[in-house]
Amino acid sequence: MLSLTVLSLLILVFMAVGLYSKSADILKENSVWTLLTSSAWSPFNGQFGFWSFIVSSIYVTLLSLIIALPISLLTALFLTEKAKPWIKKAVFPVLDILAGIPSVVYGLWGILIIVPWIANSLGPHFVDYTSGYTLLAGGIVLSVMIIPLLVSLFVEIFSTVPSEIKDASASLGATPWQTSRKVVVRKALPGIIASTVLAVSKAFGETLAVLMVCGNMVEIPRSLFDSAYPLPALIANNYGEMLSLPKYESALMFAALVMFVIILIFNTVARIVLHKVEEKFTL
Amino acid sequence: MKLKFIEEKIFNVLMIVATLIVFGFFASIVWTIVKTGLPSLSWEMISQLPGGGFYLGKEGGILNAIMGSLMIVLASALLGLLISIPIVFYINVYLKKKSKLAYFTRLSFDVLFGIPSIVYGAFAFTIMIALGLKTSLLGGIIVITLLIIPIFVRSMDEVAKSVPSDLLDAAYSLGATKLEACKVVLRQIAPGIATATLLSVGKAIGDAAAVMFTAGFTDNIPTSLDQPAATLPLSVFFQLSSPIPEVRERAYAAALVLTLIVLVLSIVGRIITNRFSKNKLI
Repeated sequence: MLSLTVLSLLILVFMAVGLYSKSADILKENSVWTLLTSSAWSPFNGQFGFWSFIVSSIYVTLLSLIIALPISLLTALFLTEKAKPWIKKAVFPVLDILAGIPSVVYGLWGILIIVPWIANSLGPHFVDYTSGYTLLAGGIVLSVMIIPLLVSLFVEIFSTVPSEIKDASASLGATPWQTSRKVVVRKALPGIIASTVLAVSKAFGETLAVLMVCGNMVEIPRSLFDSAYPLPALIANNYGEMLSLPKYESALMFAALVMFVIILIFNTVARIVLHKVEEKFTL
Repeated sequence: MKLKFIEEKIFNVLMIVATLIVFGFFASIVWTIVKTGLPSLSWEMISQLPGGGFYLGKEGGILNAIMGSLMIVLASALLGLLISIPIVFYINVYLKKKSKLAYFTRLSFDVLFGIPSIVYGAFAFTIMIALGLKTSLLGGIIVITLLIIPIFVRSMDEVAKSVPSDLLDAAYSLGATKLEACKVVLRQIAPGIATATLLSVGKAIGDAAAVMFTAGFTDNIPTSLDQPAATLPLSVFFQLSSPIPEVRERAYAAALVLTLIVLVLSIVGRIITNRFSKNKLI
C-alpha cells in the first residue's frame, strides 16, 4: 500500500521527465525564451514559435473567466444566502449534469448554437464579416463549462462563513446584499481566488470543445471576432502528422510540457490555499 | 428610498437572472442535443458496425465506437479501482490524521486531477513510444487508467474522510488489526465507492483528448489489446467534420448516445447513494 501511494505520487515526476525528455530535441536548438515569444510558426521550415498560440490560450481563458465569474458568484450567493430549499434541489442536479456533459458535446452545442448566433446575429453589428468560429465562441463555450465547477466550489466556500458574523452585520443595519458583499465575499476571498485559479487551469487545458469552435488559424487574434488557435487545440490537431516532420513531435511535446508546468503551478498554489481555507473553518 | 435598498433590489434581480442564465444554458444544451440527435437515432445506429459507405452517409452504425469506449472504460475502471482503493485505505486508516504523507498524497492527487487530459495523452504517448507500442486498445486503457485514478482517489477519499474515527477506535478496542479495520471502513463506504466509480466512469467515457493520441480509430471492434479501438467522443468529432449532412446528423445522434450513457451512469450513482446507505452511521 505504501509503495502504491508513493508510486502514484511519482506520476507527476514521471510526467515532467517524460515530456521534458521528448522536448529536449527542440530545446537544444532554441532557447525556451525564443520558443515562447516568437510567433513564427512554420513546421516545414523548422520554425516553431508558440507566441500566437499562447496569446490565443490566454485570451480565450480570460474571456471565459470574465463571462463565468459574475454569473457564478451571483448564482452561488443566491443559492447560499437567498434560495429556498426547493430551488437548491433543482439547481444542484442541473450543475451536476452540466459538469458531467462530455466536452465533445459542448463543442457540438457551440457549433450548432453559439457559432451561428455570432456569425448571423451578433457579428454583423460589429464587424463586416465573421465566420462565427471565433475567440468569442471559444470563450462562451468555455465559460459554460467552468460555471458548474465555480458555482459548486463557491457554494462550498460560502457555507463555511459562520452565520454569527452575518447576523452581526445584519444587526448593524446592513441589507442582505451588503452583508453578502462586505462580509461573505470578503471573508471567502482567499477561497474565491483559489477556485478561480482552478477554473482558469481547467479552461486553459480544455481541448476538444475549444478546438471545435475557435477556428484554428495561426495568427494573433486582434478582436473578439477573429479566430483563435489555443495550445491544446494545436496539439490535438497535429498529433497525426507530427511523426512526419523533423522536430514537429518534439515541438508539440514542448507545448504539452508548457501546459503541464503552468497548470502544475496554478493547481498546486490553489489547492494549498483551499486546504488552508478548509482547515481554518472545519477545525 | 435609501441607496442601499435600491442596490439590494438590483442585486436581488441580478442574482435571479444569473441563476436563470445557468438554467438557460442547461436547457439550451439539452434541447439542442435531443432535438438534433433524436431524428437520426435508430436501432441500426447503435447495433451495427460502419458499413462500406458509412462515411459517405450510407448504411451502418457506431457499434465500433460504443464497444471501444466501453472496453477501454471498463478495463480502466477495474485497474483504477485496484490501484486507488489501497491508496485511499492507506491514507485514511494507516496514516495519522495529521500525517505529512497523507497531506502530500491528497495534494498531488488534487493537482493530477487538474492536469488536462491532452497532457495525459501526450504523456501516455511518450510511454507508448518508449515501450514500442502502436495506437491500440492497450494504449487507450493505459491513458484512461492514469486519468481515472485521481478522480477515483479524490472522490473515495471524500467518502472515507467522513467515517467517524470512533468507529475505528471501537474496532481496534476489540482487537482488530489495521486490515480488519479496513473491512469495517469498507462496509461503511461501499455505496460511496460505487457512486464514485460510476461518476468517474462517466467522466472517463466522455474524454476524447487523451484517447486521440493513444487508442487510434477503427471501424471494427478490437479483438486483442494491440488493435486500435474507436471511441464515442472521437466518433462524434470525426463525423462532425464531414461535409456530408447525413454523416453530420449521425454525429448528433452519437452525441446523444454519449450524453445518455453519462446521464444514466450519474443517475444510477445517485440512486445508489440514496438507497443503499443504510449501513451508514452518520
